[in-house]
Amino acid sequence: MIYLDNAATTMHKPPCVTDAMIQALTSLGNASRGAHEGALQSNRLIYRARRTLADFFGCPESEKVIFTSNSTEALNIAIQGTLRKGDHVVTTVLEHNSVLRPLYRMEQECGITLDFTPADARGCIDYEQLAHLIRKDTRAIVCTHASNLTGNMVDIARVGQLAKEHGLLLIVDASQTAGAVPIDMEQMGISILCFTGHKSMMGPQGTGGMCIHGEIEVEPLKEGGSGVQSFLTRQPREYPTRLEAGTLNGHGIAGLLAAAEFINETGIDVIHTHEMALTRRFYERVVHIPDVTVYGDFEATTRSPIVALNIGDLDSAIVADELAYSYGIATRAGAHCAPLMHKALGTGEQGAVRFSFGYFNTPDECDEAAEAVEQIAQRMHQ
Amino acid sequence: MMRQKEKRLIAAFYTTHDAMAFEDYCQGHGIPGRLIPLPREISAGCGLAWSAPPEIEDVLPGSLQDAGIAAQHLVLLEI
Repeated sequence: MIYLDNAATTMHKPPCVTDAMIQALTSLGNASRGAHEGALQSNRLIYRARRTLADFFGCPESEKVIFTSNSTEALNIAIQGTLRKGDHVVTTVLEHNSVLRPLYRMEQECGITLDFTPADARGCIDYEQLAHLIRKDTRAIVCTHASNLTGNMVDIARVGQLAKEHGLLLIVDASQTAGAVPIDMEQMGISILCFTGHKSMMGPQGTGGMCIHGEIEVEPLKEGGSGVQSFLTRQPREYPTRLEAGTLNGHGIAGLLAAAEFINETGIDVIHTHEMALTRRFYERVVHIPDVTVYGDFEATTRSPIVALNIGDLDSAIVADELAYSYGIATRAGAHCAPLMHKALGTGEQGAVRFSFGYFNTPDECDEAAEAVEQIAQRMHQ
Repeated sequence: MMRQKEKRLIAAFYTTHDAMAFEDYCQGHGIPGRLIPLPREISAGCGLAWSAPPEIEDVLPGSLQDAGIAAQHLVLLEI
């Protein structure tokens, strides 16, 4: 199989991730649930993972690296844990449902108000329009770092500057960028960064987290066992325990730590350059194929390694199935959990076929995939 | 048969993160001791405590300071 669905999850992981997880499965106790060697080993590993990820994302305080099961959970905590009745939020039409649905819920049940920054035909937001949406009662900007549909990146440093000027929280969904491009919360002005472990971070599914910058009060979604302060009637207030009720996924975090160390050793710039070369190679071939429509801004200097396209008016599901069944190429079709982005691109009905590249893909695989697209496009008229 | 009680210098912490950070510091700087379950004589935010020989009573406050960690308690206990 040629695996080009890395934006959904990276199926091929560095071997050190597997090794770390096997080691963890045979040696870790429950962190913060005892002082014997097994529990301490788990505590040590999780502590090291917090330190490594704090450095990785430019989060000044490692105790404010919170582990969650994925970025959806992190975004739910960030959104529902900070916003209150009367708050106004500016977001964008690029967002995934992991941002949209918690925001809609807060709008319907908690009395927040929302405004959406629109996108142009290429799927790019206008930063002036975003600035114009800020009001006196605006509390936060909630924004993706890159569209999971087009791969277009948002200039987070620019949005961060805007948030700083207006004293707003900036909550960033880095699901498509963590591990793929350098992120520095401090430099970019990010208040809360939400990430997943299983995409470009190349860690296991069931891992992810959020990094909190500075003195931000985030209320927990879950309360429960903490291993400390057992006689408190509510969740302890100290980070990270405040937001980590229940046993942590120590085995998964071991894999995530190994993945982050792999990225550090390899160099995130090396990974990004490789993935951009693959993306560009594939794009340059498919963009010239008659009847193929490619979505997104490919003039930008940097982007997420995604090429979304359609062939004529063919159902994207049919194209993806043909790619999988006849060519052994794994892509994703359909609506990609990004309804507003599809509406902006006019692909609400058709969906789009998303090719997403990862560090372990090769130029030959890109060429084979482009060839397959060309053949399907030719056959469309037969 | 329980082992004999002895005097230990106990540092208790506000959070588990602090306890792990201090263990990391001590291991890196050759400070003797180990993490133990928090003795019942002390109430603290974290269920782990650093148990050190009493001979380093003069050293430990400086070590905590160097590590950037505020101990919730630093006491001599017979445990």
